[in-house]
Amino acid sequence: MSVGLLLVAWELYANYSGIKPTILPAPSRVFEQAILNREALVDNAIPTIRATLIGFAFSLGAAFALSMLVDFFQPLRRALFPVFIVSQTLPLVAIAPLVVLWFGFGLTPKIVLVALVTFFPMLVALVQGYEATEAEIGQMLRAMGAGRWRVFMLARLPSALPYFFAGLRISITYAVVGAIFAEYAGAAKGLGIYMLNAKNNFRPDLVLAAVGVSAALTLVLFGLTVLLQRLAMPWERAAGRQAAGKGPQA
Amino acid sequence: MSRLGLRRVRKAFGGLDVLADISLSVDAGEFVSILGPSGAGKSTLFQLLTGAEHGEGEMIFDGAPLDDHGRHFAFMPQRDALMPWRRILDNTTLGLEVQGVGRKAARARVAPLFAEFGLAGFERHFPAQLSAGMRQRAALLRTVVQERDMLLLDEPFGALDALTRAAMQRWLEQMWRHHRWTALLITHDVREAVFLSDRIYVFSARPARVVREIKVPLPRPRDRTGTATRQAGALEAEILDILLNLQPSRGHDHD
Ligand SMILES: Nc1ncnc2c1ncn2[C@@H]1O[C@H](COP(=O)(O)OP(=O)(O)OP(=O)(O)O)[C@@H](O)[C@H]1O
Ligand SMILES: [Mg+2]
Repeated sequence: MSVGLLLVAWELYANYSGIKPTILPAPSRVFEQAILNREALVDNAIPTIRATLIGFAFSLGAAFALSMLVDFFQPLRRALFPVFIVSQTLPLVAIAPLVVLWFGFGLTPKIVLVALVTFFPMLVALVQGYEATEAEIGQMLRAMGAGRWRVFMLARLPSALPYFFAGLRISITYAVVGAIFAEYAGAAKGLGIYMLNAKNNFRPDLVLAAVGVSAALTLVLFGLTVLLQRLAMPWERAAGRQAAGKGPQA
Repeated sequence: MSRLGLRRVRKAFGGLDVLADISLSVDAGEFVSILGPSGAGKSTLFQLLTGAEHGEGEMIFDGAPLDDHGRHFAFMPQRDALMPWRRILDNTTLGLEVQGVGRKAARARVAPLFAEFGLAGFERHFPAQLSAGMRQRAALLRTVVQERDMLLLDEPFGALDALTRAAMQRWLEQMWRHHRWTALLITHDVREAVFLSDRIYVFSARPARVVREIKVPLPRPRDRTGTATRQAGALEAEILDILLNLQPSRGHDHD
């Protein structure tokens, strides 16, 4: 809705304010050009998607592994967290060219950058989620004879799921941007490099078309996480139905 | 024959004395309650029994020092501690699962109890879809099906409204007569303690010590009608009087 209004206002402004399309193209023109250049856009979106997904997969694996490590060995937490926090304060603009310098123009620097920007929200969410486990559940499981690993798998991990998905949703919105930044700093192909070239050729309409594609990618990924959460946490929706007043009585 | 015996059990958290001097015993097949003011240290005693915390003093089970806590007790925490992500059926089999019983065998063992616990038809529901009373019954089912030597129940009905609580007490008394579990129950409801127990220990405020041990000589089955009612009423009044006249906590006193 609000996006629609914004587009209408933009369209009107671009058409009637006398501003040149080489400065601010109207959305209709961006859309037209996007259709015309769809092959190049798709061609360049594919490496970006690949970098995003692979980088994100690494990040996900690292976040789970480290969160578990930190959960099982509490002292590590104090040692490692400052490092993670510093990793989040690094300005992407400065770090992206360095990562490309170290890892070349291939897929690796993109994976590294995507992982770097997406890893922290998931790690923090997981660690916080484990901590949120109800103390009584832990005590009960130990009274049943469960060891630490059992308690983790039966209680701490499922307790962390809502937190994890909250972190995942934040991370996924950074992921595409991370990949584009890496490409901006140096790549043969990709939405980032496409934007750079379009800008250098004074084609803001094509820059915006690429922005639109990256936004659409992010939206799709975001939608996937929402879907995944529904599938992974069916009890949440059951609880929602109960709140709506259709539940059984004692 | 004494199953559980505690002698001079003490516990402090940092500088905070919580249990000052607890000695009590529970016989096989006996239903014993602990009554005491809020914050006295009642749940802390269960933490010691289940091995979640370590204290001082002697804890004896069946004549031997209590060490393998996991083997003796089926513990029901103060809040129902049902796992929101598990269906009721899977919540009730949790203890068996931890014991290593296979999923099929565990389900076969809990299934016949669902009707008795008033949960038939709700096996596939999530805890959030049940009423408070049903959740407590599910938690109780999860506890008793473990078939441990003894039940530790921490205010199983504390969160319920008065009507549901009375119904649940009646139901639990019936169940207990049928199964003869050895049980230790924490409550701060005097009527509940009198209605359910063979014996009652009254705890002081923190740091807790046993201020009184009371036998409940009322005949079973118990109901809240007939001549026994007056006797129960007198007992309740006596206990309430003890609770209300508890001296304010003496803090550092360690005699
Ligand atoms: N793990 C812990 N660490 C520090 N203090 C604790 C811990 N567990 C309990 N305490 C303290 O011990 C005291 C007694 O708590 P406990 O839960 O045993 O009381 P209770 O008798 O069960 O009260 P209630 O009837 O309200 O449940 C409280 O002051 C509490 O803050
Ligand atoms: Mg308590």
